[in-house]
Amino acid sequence: MSDKDHFVEIRHAQKSYGSLEVLKDISLNVERGQIVAIIGPSGSGKSTLLRAINDLDPLTGGEVWLDGVQVNKSLPHRQYEKHINEMRQQVGMVFQHFNLFPHMTARENVTMAPMLLKGLSKAEADKLAEEQLDKVGMLDRIDYYPSRLSGGQKQRVAIARALAMKPKLMLFDEATSALDPELVDEVNMVMKKLAEEHMTMIIVTHEMDFAASVCDRVLFMDQGVVVEEGPPSVVFKNPTKDRTREFLRKHLAGAA
Amino acid sequence: MGLDFTVVPGHLDIILLGCAWTIGIAVAAALLSFFGGIVFAVIALYAPWIIRQPFRLIEWVFMGTPLLLQLFLIYFGLVQIGIDLPAFVAGIIGLGLHFAVYNSELIQTAILSVDKGQMEAARTVGLSRGQALRKVVIPQAVRDVIPPIGNNMIALLKDSALVSVIGVSELTLSAQRAIGATYRPFEFYLVAAMFYYVINLCMEWVQRRIERRISISR
Repeated sequence: MSDKDHFVEIRHAQKSYGSLEVLKDISLNVERGQIVAIIGPSGSGKSTLLRAINDLDPLTGGEVWLDGVQVNKSLPHRQYEKHINEMRQQVGMVFQHFNLFPHMTARENVTMAPMLLKGLSKAEADKLAEEQLDKVGMLDRIDYYPSRLSGGQKQRVAIARALAMKPKLMLFDEATSALDPELVDEVNMVMKKLAEEHMTMIIVTHEMDFAASVCDRVLFMDQGVVVEEGPPSVVFKNPTKDRTREFLRKHLAGAA
Repeated sequence: MGLDFTVVPGHLDIILLGCAWTIGIAVAAALLSFFGGIVFAVIALYAPWIIRQPFRLIEWVFMGTPLLLQLFLIYFGLVQIGIDLPAFVAGIIGLGLHFAVYNSELIQTAILSVDKGQMEAARTVGLSRGQALRKVVIPQAVRDVIPPIGNNMIALLKDSALVSVIGVSELTLSAQRAIGATYRPFEFYLVAAMFYYVINLCMEWVQRRIERRISISR
């Protein structure tokens, strides 16, 4: 069934809520190690597309493939649950509002899933937490509860939590949109570091500068379709479509 | 005829034993009502229709009928179908399930008010829905619900006096026995009231400690 040419493959993705069609036949391939940014106005379907990749918002039509395995294959309920839990372990996700577990310390946020799902011992999990939190520069706050961390610190812990499952793919859903401007950089630095390690990433973002500096490819979405796609040098500097131009003009004007 | 508390020390042993029974029954019923409340809440919110319906009947019975009647049903009624429970066990089950239903209402609301992103974040690292509930959602819901559950537990302690009618020698019945021997109702009921008050103070103290421990992580 699968041609294993592409690491992530979205085929004819379609999603409707009743009569409202939010994704209209979208296809997208991402290669191993690539970093793809999805930009577009709110309501364009970019978050929905991202959330379809790990089936958080299931598609109403089309297929999602990861590393030769179909994510949203049709299986009886129980088998599907087991399958999707295994798939999700391979896909890290970072949310706009962090969604750290407030009743757990940074360490526990990172170690909970690996201990529960991979059977890591307390000692192994602690070592893992130290590694991952060190990577995002949060080792000194390892035993802090989220309530005592700033937004940027929370998001870095959330990234460490996702990385602790050793994912093949990382999804970022407007990871810096909820942050105060002065806290954006610390999160962007962590994402850049992941890029240097050749982590495959799909990033929904409003930050054009960041997208331009780290991404291999940019998708501009509007009203449920991909309007334009290409390397950032083209999409940002010489967009071919009027809608892209208009969006970028408004967005850059708004940001300035 | 004035009050004469000199008769009290002679019967203090009965009263203290009654106190011990009251504490034992209240603590056991409180634990049952707490964990039962969590189970009931999860059933009410997540179980399939076929399991939810009989549960709703149980819920109606425990919410819509007097606790006294429920105790009679469990102690005297169940004997007829071959379930002969010791009186104190019947009392614990009756009190525990009765308050489990009330706790369940509180816990359901608390579960529903946990941010949806919590479940999503737990699912995206690969947890099943059950694991996500157990590790992430329910612990947060329970934290929010400790103060109102504490109020229910104080009501439970007071209602534990009802198990005297099925013959458990708890504090109220012990006071009555002492009165039977001395014809001094005012003195012994006052003494019993004082003990209830002291037990209540202890429960509030425990509740405050739990709340303080929880608030550290906020």
